[in-house]
Amino acid sequence: MRAAFEGSQAIARAVARCRPQVVAAYPITPQTHIVEGIAKLVADGEADCEVVSVESEFAAASVVLGAAVAGSRAYTATASQGVLLMAEVLYNIAGMRVPLVLTCANRAVSAPINIWNDHQDAMAVRDAGWIQLFCTDNQEAVDTTIQAFRITQETELPVMVCVDGFILTHLFEPVDLPSQEQIDMFLPPYRFSRTLDPRRPLTLGTLVGPEHYTEVRAQLHGDLEAAAEAILKADADWADLVGRRAGGLIKSDGPHTARIGVLTLGSVYGTLQEAARELVPDTPLRLMALRCFRPFPAEALRAAVDGLTDLVVLERAIGPGMGGILATEVRAALAGLRDAPRVHGAVAGLGGRDIPLDILPRLLALADAAEPVRCSVIDLQKTPPARLGADR
Amino acid sequence: MSKTTVLDLRELRRRQPRFTGMDPGHRACQGCGQSLAAHIVTEAAGPDVIVANATGCLEVFSTPWPQTAWRVPWIHSLFENAAALAAGIETALKQQGRPTKVLAFAGDGGTFDIGFQTLSGMIERGHNVLYVCFDNEAYMNTGVQRSSSTPHAAATTTSPAGRMRPGKRHLKKDLLAIIAAHHLPYVATATVAYPGDIKAKVRRAMAIEGPTFLMIHAPCPLGWVHAPELTIKVARAGVETGLTPIVELERGKLVSVLPIREKRPVTDYLRLQGRFRHLLGDDPVAVQEREHLQALADHNIETYGLLAREGDVRDSVTAALVRRGGAIR
Amino acid sequence: MLEIRIHGRGGQGNVVAAYLLAAAVVDAGLYGQAFPAFGAERRGAPVAAFVRVARDTVRRRCQIDRPHIVVVQDPTLLKSPATLAGLEEGGCVLVNSARAEAIPAPAGYGARWASLPATRIAEETVGRPMPNSALLGALLALTGLCPLAALEQALEERFPPDTAARNKRAVRAAAERVPEHAWRRVVDARGL
Repeated sequence: MRAAFEGSQAIARAVARCRPQVVAAYPITPQTHIVEGIAKLVADGEADCEVVSVESEFAAASVVLGAAVAGSRAYTATASQGVLLMAEVLYNIAGMRVPLVLTCANRAVSAPINIWNDHQDAMAVRDAGWIQLFCTDNQEAVDTTIQAFRITQETELPVMVCVDGFILTHLFEPVDLPSQEQIDMFLPPYRFSRTLDPRRPLTLGTLVGPEHYTEVRAQLHGDLEAAAEAILKADADWADLVGRRAGGLIKSDGPHTARIGVLTLGSVYGTLQEAARELVPDTPLRLMALRCFRPFPAEALRAAVDGLTDLVVLERAIGPGMGGILATEVRAALAGLRDAPRVHGAVAGLGGRDIPLDILPRLLALADAAEPVRCSVIDLQKTPPARLGADR
Repeated sequence: MSKTTVLDLRELRRRQPRFTGMDPGHRACQGCGQSLAAHIVTEAAGPDVIVANATGCLEVFSTPWPQTAWRVPWIHSLFENAAALAAGIETALKQQGRPTKVLAFAGDGGTFDIGFQTLSGMIERGHNVLYVCFDNEAYMNTGVQRSSSTPHAAATTTSPAGRMRPGKRHLKKDLLAIIAAHHLPYVATATVAYPGDIKAKVRRAMAIEGPTFLMIHAPCPLGWVHAPELTIKVARAGVETGLTPIVELERGKLVSVLPIREKRPVTDYLRLQGRFRHLLGDDPVAVQEREHLQALADHNIETYGLLAREGDVRDSVTAALVRRGGAIR
Repeated sequence: MLEIRIHGRGGQGNVVAAYLLAAAVVDAGLYGQAFPAFGAERRGAPVAAFVRVARDTVRRRCQIDRPHIVVVQDPTLLKSPATLAGLEEGGCVLVNSARAEAIPAPAGYGARWASLPATRIAEETVGRPMPNSALLGALLALTGLCPLAALEQALEERFPPDTAARNKRAVRAAAERVPEHAWRRVVDARGL
């Protein structure tokens, strides 16, 4: 059904149609409309799940973990501070290989406190062991959410679906909301191989000493890498069912003759596409968006940059003391590749600063530099204050 | 040479005509009960304080960088740690031998729910902190989601009034009893309907060495759905129905109440607020919930002895009268 | 593509107005995109929302710096330079004004400046001083961007029947107060 929705409402409806039995979440801007939407559907009898209004994000993650190991499909959503507060549980969930889906409405991280979009929150937990998928528009948010419930069950790796806070969550635009029948065909009923059940008692979360820990962690790493296959298959099966993809591992747009590429994450991809058409229509340009950030799709990336001399990475996060997070990982993934492009790192849009179309020419200018640009905060407007303190 | 008078800070506080801890011009909504309460509290507390403020409406509307409304030293860290932050400041001041009082400010979200752990810890360890909870009964800053302080049957965005459920399922958490169970020196409730009472309680708490807790009932016109000019009227109705008991406890023992001179039915309170609109009809669910809320109010009245009795020494109004030299009739 | 910016104050239904407009054009078979610009949302604070209308999907996610049309829900906001900032040459401004006579347009705007007492219309039809549906009715009548019936459908999809009915009266009442299709050329120039 194609209709216009606020992004959060579309996600709420998609989640409800995936038939979770337990939803637990704690309100944090800009995720609130998602959980409110689910609560309203339940209150009106349109969805059959228990919505647990917990006392903190730490509790939210803990509650859905409990629900999932007890045999119920479970879901939560958060952002920013909430991701950090539940971080301990996120590592715990992935380490115990529990299937869960979490929507992260990407938002900047305090201090300073800021409610607007950037990717610092998802980046902060990139090594927790979760699959992390980024959406460039609300259709992908809906489709990726539904796929996530299948991917998590097949891989027994939890999935974080990243949706730009405000920019997508509060964006009202048409989406095709798949029907209950379509989703029921795509999603098998929830099954967890190690469900806690008195009829078959299992022990979860044991102490593991040096004699075994390495193997467990190596397995997590290997399984996360191998999950790329399940992610691709889910998208292919989805395309067979509804006739569109949600981005696979990496999206790419532009002629094969392009020598300059721009790689990014999330919704700014759409802005770059229109900027390319409008501002530099005669420049062959390859625009790419990583749909899958964890596992990091090194193989797919190496193939996607084939023929490029320069790759500009645009990201909405920064690793203080190091520079670009995505750019650093891209350089690592391309290390040793023959004829690899020069990688230039650009940071923009931190804390929700608007990224206008004309960012594209400024990104392309980096490619002209004599030396690869390590990290340029490309939308820096003024000298930062000497020390951040409030005036009277 | 002109004569110089040296005053200690307590005396200075006593003599200062009207200290303002917060400037107006901040970004609170019209009719915000929390903003009013914060002005009253900081006025009564005086200048020699440091405030640790949790995330929430108060923090957001008072400090949009580069502006601040605060005239006292003030820090915001996170949502869940105001009490722990305050405990750290207090410990440092104690080490340094400085008498400055530490205040912690938080909403009901930061007190009843996400900040509950650090609050209990701060009280249990006996830190000399006055913790003030501005209770507007939901997560207002993020758009009116329910907290454990939300009253039973109230509508919020996460406890909507729908076909299946008439608002919040669970009772308002009895935080007063939980905090009192820590046997701390002083815990009190107050309401913006009685500003003088708030000031008296702040001064009382400030003078005590040790953890003290003050919970101020603060209507939110946006979240409770009433006209902004009705904030005080709504707050007063809460008191007069018994739904908002205004009491003081020391080491778990009740020592004073704000008496209800003329008891009103809970419907007088419900009728004023859109968040209870679904409870006003004739359908059996609405009738049942009204009875339920009346029972809760009556239970408060009985538990705390809220109905006014002539010459009751626990009556804070009578007690104040006696202190001023008046007599009990 | 047509870019519209709606300026108002918190509590005037600014974001809902943007969402309704986008819903209406989608119901009429076009592509519509709407989103708010965010400050701390509180009653009375200046807020802005953005709407893009096109034949095909719009993928840019940036804010609207150069609107073709500006809708002003609260005339006091005209004092702020942000309200008309970037208005395209020959752009249109629709102002909610309580004054019986139209606010005289500043020099240079000419015929593409319209005002109507949307709050008063709302009080008479909706029963609340919420000017957004009246302003949308006037906007659609001025531009012919999509049929009023599409906006009415969007109202029915969003609100319970009684509320929708009252808002539909506001839409019609406002549409009658402005010269029909006076801004049609602005919309035609954007390919719509």
